[in-house]
Amino acid sequence: MRMTRIKAATAATLLVLGLAACGNAGNDNSDSGPDVKVSENAADSFADGSRMKELAQSGKIKIGVKFDQPGIGFKGATDKIPSGFDPEMGKILAASLGIKPDDVEWTETISANREPFLQKGQVDLVIASYSMTPERQKIVGQAGPYYVTGQQLLVKKDSDISKLDDVKGKQVCSVTGSTSLDQIEAKGAKPRGFDTYSECVDQVLNGTVDAMTTDGAILMGYAAENPDKLKVVVDPFSEERYGVGYSKDHPEMCQWIVDTIKKAQDDGDWAKAFEATLGKSGVDTPEPPQMDACPSA
Amino acid sequence: MSEILDNFDLVLRAFWLTIQLAVLSGIASMVLGTLLVAMRIGPVAVLRGIATTYVTLLRNTPLLIIFIFIFIAAPDLGWFVHTPFLVKGVIAVTLYTSAFVCESLRAGVNAVPLGQAEAARAIGMTFGQNLRHVVLPQAFRASVPPLASTLIAMTKNTSVAAVFGLMEATARMRWFTNRYTDDTITIFIVFAIGYIILVEVLSLGSFGLERRWKAAR
Amino acid sequence: MTTVLFDAPGPRTRARHRLYTVVTAVAIVAAVVGFIAYLNSKGALAYHLWEPFVTPQYVRALLVDGLLKTLEMAFASVLFAIVFGVVFGVGKLSDHAWLRWICLLVVEFFRAVPVLLLMIFVFFYWGITHDEFGRLGSVVIALTLYNGAVLAEVFRAGIQAVQKGQAEAAYAIGLRKTQVMTSILLPQAVKIMLPALISQCVVAVKDTSLGMYVAAPGLTFVGKQIYNQFHNQFQTAIVMAALYIAVNLLLTLAATWAQRRLVGEKKPLDVGMTAISTAGAETQRSTV
Repeated sequence: MRMTRIKAATAATLLVLGLAACGNAGNDNSDSGPDVKVSENAADSFADGSRMKELAQSGKIKIGVKFDQPGIGFKGATDKIPSGFDPEMGKILAASLGIKPDDVEWTETISANREPFLQKGQVDLVIASYSMTPERQKIVGQAGPYYVTGQQLLVKKDSDISKLDDVKGKQVCSVTGSTSLDQIEAKGAKPRGFDTYSECVDQVLNGTVDAMTTDGAILMGYAAENPDKLKVVVDPFSEERYGVGYSKDHPEMCQWIVDTIKKAQDDGDWAKAFEATLGKSGVDTPEPPQMDACPSA
Repeated sequence: MSEILDNFDLVLRAFWLTIQLAVLSGIASMVLGTLLVAMRIGPVAVLRGIATTYVTLLRNTPLLIIFIFIFIAAPDLGWFVHTPFLVKGVIAVTLYTSAFVCESLRAGVNAVPLGQAEAARAIGMTFGQNLRHVVLPQAFRASVPPLASTLIAMTKNTSVAAVFGLMEATARMRWFTNRYTDDTITIFIVFAIGYIILVEVLSLGSFGLERRWKAAR
Repeated sequence: MTTVLFDAPGPRTRARHRLYTVVTAVAIVAAVVGFIAYLNSKGALAYHLWEPFVTPQYVRALLVDGLLKTLEMAFASVLFAIVFGVVFGVGKLSDHAWLRWICLLVVEFFRAVPVLLLMIFVFFYWGITHDEFGRLGSVVIALTLYNGAVLAEVFRAGIQAVQKGQAEAAYAIGLRKTQVMTSILLPQAVKIMLPALISQCVVAVKDTSLGMYVAAPGLTFVGKQIYNQFHNQFQTAIVMAALYIAVNLLLTLAATWAQRRLVGEKKPLDVGMTAISTAGAETQRSTV
């Protein structure tokens, strides 16, 4: 499939002439998660007046996920449905309402707008590497954790960084303004903030920076993309418990989220979702975490 | 409000990096820009062509794209891998700004009265001597206002470095807004004032230079 | 002008220049060939890295989700900026000192603050809670405020560039202040300023790329998605740069044409020529 230089140049010329129609890039959509069965007549199983019933009856749900984190939540420039562990959780939840993945309105959330999106009803759920914290739970509801991870380091396979102390004086990349970057600076590393994790990974791959740091789950997603070049090192030095965000206006959603994910954990859909996404980095599928009880309404 | 005051050393350190970026890029852009203008108004057609092409291409490319070239694309080809981040930032800003410095200087060269260059030729000066002793010194004076504008723009342009591993003022402002969402306005105003001070210092400097050089004539 | 700087070359100088020309030309060719060979050795010319740019869906993404959105944002902000610029430009010429001062402060503030800082502020303050509209809006608002401030200076300079006698004649035949402004000064000023306005579009197009920082769609944003997916950073950067340059050169051509049609060969009005700012000498002085 390698073409010569001349051919590439011709192809480029064709593009300029607007005759582009010969390429076929990016059509290897091989990763699909578990085939979750979409419930029928789902609306009947929810109490009248509950948000779940409304959503099931309308047949639509808006879910906020990340679009730029492979393995967690990723959407290419031309994809319709994002891929990753978080969207898989979203599909499982939507399916229990009788909503197909195609009918879910996937919205990109970035770290800074998750709370406002829930508060203003821009999205019904946020499943976006969203750590459960007491501060956040004052403003929004968080059900879970559906996954537990912690801050780790992503390095090249041949890197000599193996423990946290090794980062002293090294250049470590993360997203501009993130807490991970502050944490690693406190450990003596030179912080390098970039716009997205993907760009950080590239900086690691081409050797500009020595390591990248953030939640292990995110790092695993990138390691899964380049299993022969990258590895995740260091025991997690923080605990991040990913939860599903929902609006405080609809506290009844918590129990539904917990029950639905619990069911997926028990019947193996959770494990399948993991294997199809984060598991590709070669790590073993972990034990599903024990979820918190919902706050009494 | 108190958060930003408690962390004021972070604000100062961020602006220090902005100043470093601006001063280093300013010097480098002046050097490269002068070289370009000499090529652009010189007698050798090929050099003229190179300088014109450079200016046209760089002026019409967003600075952000140049940053992507230097920080993201080039290391992928094995360039600038071990170059310090500050140097890479200076290179990106300089590549872009020198095109504008060249244009500002060219405007200044055009402002030098024809008789000056003619007189220099009449006493037998070569193109190089003519530029060095007669045209450029006067052109620099005439270019002070547009050059100052260019350098002011450049100082503000260093903000583009914010997501390329450099914790300068704009990156720090984003850091603050991420943390203290209730204080967005205060944070913005503090950083805006910082930039306004830098801009006004440059403005005053150029104003002073212009007045002194006018009096000296 | 340039010919004044050096004598018409004699035979020896011509020979020397020919030598320079040949040497530089050879050097350039060598550099270009060497660079291409180097890129090839790095595998940067491999077809699969360029393939997205000949694949219909990615070309569509680049042109429709990317370039078109970029142009929409740029033109929207230039349109709003014109309104902003007229209001504050005319305001700066007001007879009321307080109004002049307010307009001056507003204009100087937005000219001195980096447009990116402004954009990030607008986004976190307002745009973040408004989904895609908020992201697009943050870019448009920031560019409107910045370009509007630059255009306010352009309008002020343009109005003052209309010959004094015009306004005097208008007052003499009994027109009121507003009438003089709207039916005598502004129409003539617009003609003088049109090329400067179009050049400002170039600035706006370039600055829309900063929307990437607030995840607003646009050419750079799509390009980033593509290089994050295919790891063809260098190739994507080349394609993006080519598209921006092409659009901006077209705009510059339009500006030159408008200049020639409407103003004649006179020197164009002195306006900002950098992405983030500048205006002529007198404008800079006014900041002090």
